[in-house]
Amino acid sequence: MERDFEEIFQDKIDQEIKIEPKDWMPEKYRQTLIRQISQHAHSEIVGMLPEGNWITRAPNLRRKAILIAKVQDEAGHGLYLYSAAETLGITRDEMYAQLHSGKAKYSSIFNYPTLSWADIGAIGWLVDGAAIMNQVPLCRSSFGPYARAMVRVCKEESFHQRQGFEILLTLGKGTEAQKRMAQDAINRWWWPSIMMFGPTDDESPNTIQSMKWKIKRFTNDELRQKFVDVCAEQIKILGLTIPDKDLKWNESTGHYDFGKINWDEFWQVVQGNGPCNKQRLETRKKAWEEGAWVREAASAYAEKRKQKQVVTAA
Amino acid sequence: MSNTEWPLWEVFIRSKQGLDHKHVGSLHAADAQMAIENARDVYTRRMEGVSIWVVESKYVHASNPAEAGALYDPANDKAYRHPTFYHLPDEVKHM
Repeated sequence: MERDFEEIFQDKIDQEIKIEPKDWMPEKYRQTLIRQISQHAHSEIVGMLPEGNWITRAPNLRRKAILIAKVQDEAGHGLYLYSAAETLGITRDEMYAQLHSGKAKYSSIFNYPTLSWADIGAIGWLVDGAAIMNQVPLCRSSFGPYARAMVRVCKEESFHQRQGFEILLTLGKGTEAQKRMAQDAINRWWWPSIMMFGPTDDESPNTIQSMKWKIKRFTNDELRQKFVDVCAEQIKILGLTIPDKDLKWNESTGHYDFGKINWDEFWQVVQGNGPCNKQRLETRKKAWEEGAWVREAASAYAEKRKQKQVVTAA
Repeated sequence: MSNTEWPLWEVFIRSKQGLDHKHVGSLHAADAQMAIENARDVYTRRMEGVSIWVVESKYVHASNPAEAGALYDPANDKAYRHPTFYHLPDEVKHM
């Protein structure tokens, strides 16, 4: 019986028919999606922290307004994704608990610090650029609520990348010191950004199943290569350099070759030993704990108003 | 009290006058007013809507996808409900 269901399910996937929350699905499909969507949501939420760090110090009002709007978008993206994950049967509070206990991960990139204003440019260009590369194919993900959330996310994400590129472009045309600052930011963010696509294909055992279920459409290495190819061209417009001496156009493959990724660093950060892991989680937990009274007060107020309505109706 | 999640609300947005409200997603809020205000912040940051409906999710009743076959069966074999079922001479205009 289970077998039949699974065949019907795979048949739908193969025909590009979306899976909706109340449809039958294999337990592992459900669990994989809960893990992936909630991690994605956590990344959006934690991702507000490094950028929020610069809101009060943005160089002018225009940049400040843009940065506030961007950080607010990230909150929105987190909320779209949390509600998509909830359709699979996990509650919001369970997801928060998993984040706070360290059971659920978020993108390691947000465990790096934002040391200068140019980092806001580098995050927009590289981190959001890598995120978009990952997210565009997710708009066609087989699970309906995830795909629909990603369509909205991608529409909004485009401005994030453009504003970042614009910051770097401006700094790149500025004084020597500004140029140095932009280059320094790119030097620090480049490698972590290309690590965002995850381990290489032969180190990523779940990829095959996720591709069969059309949760993923491209492998980590395919997406990483696309991203490197795009950035290698865009850096020329910035008049800056990508910190990889092995980055070179390869006529025969039609792609850029690039240097060896420091996977040891990647795993160190995933395991909690990045520069800011502890600080990020503590900030999240503090916000949740110190916001408890607000949640309680709002519930109490809603309850009181409901009681009043009952009395009036009677 | 501290361990209760705010209820879940389904959000529907009318993107412009003359169009239907369309489901856009869901969110948590303590009451309807907060749900509308949160929906404004979460789903209409770029002028996506001129009107918002919120409905507490527990009040939405849905058909069962497993019964879809039987549920829609009555409509399945009635092609004559569609205008293209009828073959009329080409000379007939405006019909």
